Amino acid sequence: MKKSVFLGALAVSGIAAGAASAATLEDVQARGELNCGVNTGLVGFAAPDANNNWQGFDVELCRAVATAVLGDPDAVTYVPLTGKTRFTALAAGEIDMLSRNTTWTFTRDNDLKFEFVGINYYDGQGFMVPRELGVTSAKDLDGATVCIQTGTTTELNLADFFRANNISYEPVPIETNAEAQQQYLAGACDVYTTDASGLAATRAAFENPGDHVVLPEIVSKEPLGPLVRHGDNEWGDIVRWTLNALVSAEELGVTSANVAELANGTDNPEINRLLGTEGGLGEMIGLENDWAKNMLEVTGNYGEIFERHIGENTPIGLARGLNAQWTDGGLLYSPPFR
Amino acid sequence: MTVMTDPPRESFRLSMLLNDTRYRSYTFQFIALIALFLFIGWLISNAAQNLEDLGQDISYGFLGESAGYDINQRPIEYNSQDSHLRASIVGVLNTLIVAFLGCITATVLGVVAGVLRLSNNWIVAKLMAVYVEAFRNVPVLIWILIIFSIMTVSLPGPRAFRGEDPSSSMLFDAFAFTNRGVYAPKPIWESGSMIVVITFLLSILAIFAYRAYAKKLLYDTGRLLPTFWPSIAIFFVPTILMFFILGRPISLEYPELRGFNFQGGMQIRGSLIALWFALAIYTGAFIAENVRAGIMAISKGQTEAAASLGLRPNRIMNLVILPQALRVIIPPLISQYLNLTKNSSLAIAVGYMDITGTLGGITLNQTGRAIEAILLLMLFYLTISLSISAIMNVYNNSVKLKER
Repeated sequence: MKKSVFLGALAVSGIAAGAASAATLEDVQARGELNCGVNTGLVGFAAPDANNNWQGFDVELCRAVATAVLGDPDAVTYVPLTGKTRFTALAAGEIDMLSRNTTWTFTRDNDLKFEFVGINYYDGQGFMVPRELGVTSAKDLDGATVCIQTGTTTELNLADFFRANNISYEPVPIETNAEAQQQYLAGACDVYTTDASGLAATRAAFENPGDHVVLPEIVSKEPLGPLVRHGDNEWGDIVRWTLNALVSAEELGVTSANVAELANGTDNPEINRLLGTEGGLGEMIGLENDWAKNMLEVTGNYGEIFERHIGENTPIGLARGLNAQWTDGGLLYSPPFR
Repeated sequence: MTVMTDPPRESFRLSMLLNDTRYRSYTFQFIALIALFLFIGWLISNAAQNLEDLGQDISYGFLGESAGYDINQRPIEYNSQDSHLRASIVGVLNTLIVAFLGCITATVLGVVAGVLRLSNNWIVAKLMAVYVEAFRNVPVLIWILIIFSIMTVSLPGPRAFRGEDPSSSMLFDAFAFTNRGVYAPKPIWESGSMIVVITFLLSILAIFAYRAYAKKLLYDTGRLLPTFWPSIAIFFVPTILMFFILGRPISLEYPELRGFNFQGGMQIRGSLIALWFALAIYTGAFIAENVRAGIMAISKGQTEAAASLGLRPNRIMNLVILPQALRVIIPPLISQYLNLTKNSSLAIAVGYMDITGTLGGITLNQTGRAIEAILLLMLFYLTISLSISAIMNVYNNSVKLKER
């Protein structure tokens, strides 16, 4: 009996996975909703606001894709996922795309059969400690108790960092950011480690953010980006070029304020191709020609999204740093719209 | 003279499979069996087909690869360079630790609460009723989280023990209760300590031997030897004597605040305590009801008969009621043990690294081998459940009513 129940479950999951590999664009359009996987709650990146509307840097990408594909930024069903559940949800077809500060790694791309379509935030793993401990370097953390979110790359980086520096630590695995915050504030762990952006966002939500310091060491490369399933290249292209359009728009000076005006035609052929007045690029990925224009009207370009949710004028207060345009000394570099 | 002849044997005909009631049931069972096999076969082939479409294969090669993550509670040597298999074994041991501790504590709690619920003392009986109803009717996950949160929030952090005038201090300079767990002294086994341990084990055997002798003497001659104080004496005296004769080969390592944490000694982590207590009091409430049911199943006449023989209430319970009640209590007790063991998989809620947390959690997540990991998990829980039930069945056979 037990066996048959299990095999039944196996088969059902198999059916779900099989169905999911069909054309995602058609599924989304038929459904009229985009299922987008986001963080369970990380202020600035993805968190519901007081009116229960999802807000944040990662959420804007879901809204951008929904606008490009369905013409409606609110036609999104947000599926909050933990570090552990996110890949299963994507593989099983529960969500169409995952926009949840997920690190692009070789095994995730190849062994887990996912397709990272780009990088929307260049990050690295950092450590946060209470200021009263007087710790100034992560190498002073010998014997410390460290809270980590389980099922993430940080877990592995942490083990590598402490082993490489030959110091000991006690890991406390935690399921979500909210629980980790509670444990850290209660003093059940000395250190909280996750991506530096996540630390800044978490600290911003504290009662006294000034009582906590983020240590200078960044112990890993964490290129965060949206991802889709392997095997549906058309859908992957749509999400990839949505992200590229946001980045290109900033480089070309297209903002939510001037996009309507620029869409009447400009002297710059690249802007014209991006906004669909020239070239018919939208049709090549199965969308309307003015998809990027509609999207930029709603979300604004990459820089606007950054400043609105996590920039220096927000409580999270992240500098552009590596996430500036390549022309400003950052790493953001979109392939040309041509 | 009459000759007895057998009635002519009717030879088997194919139509009898449908017409003859003797064979008809076989026919239908056979058809049902074929249908079941076909259904299972279809499920397997469907799953295999879909996996193939996704380009995934079933392979256990990942178990040999380096795990890359650390585990806080390690009953055996383990570091992040060891294989996923070893990480899984650490998880298995952690599951067994919490299941073992939980079953023992739950049994003690359950038997005490079950007996007290039948007490003639109104307050005691009602208090036990409140315990049973409160814990039986709230999901165990909630209890795990409640106990864990209370520990985290109400107990002091190790930092509170620091400084000239610390806000917290250690109990007897040996136990520290912190929100990271309880730190206790750890025995250090030096040479000669084995002799002390063997002495201790022998003295436990001696207690049983003495009690058997006292019982035999009672039955043969009617002379009642005291058992309680001699048992205590046999328990302590030889071991303590041997301990001092050999020059105290077992010493204690006390926990000491160094750096961020208490170092040395033995740490019982908050996650283990929360899980252990929650499982024990939750399952204990169910066991209490089983015990109560078992006792109430024994006719009141037994109590009255024993009382009329002049037995005191304590003895009535121990010598007359409980031995008979065990026959009723043991079978449901087995399923409570199984429940407790399976409920221990909720460990991930408090970050206790059991088998579900290592193999079914981090390993599954880092390797993406979901089907393989879940299959192994199922195999493990199945094996452990069947083992518990086999052991308990042996015990049940020894206490059940002997039918001759």
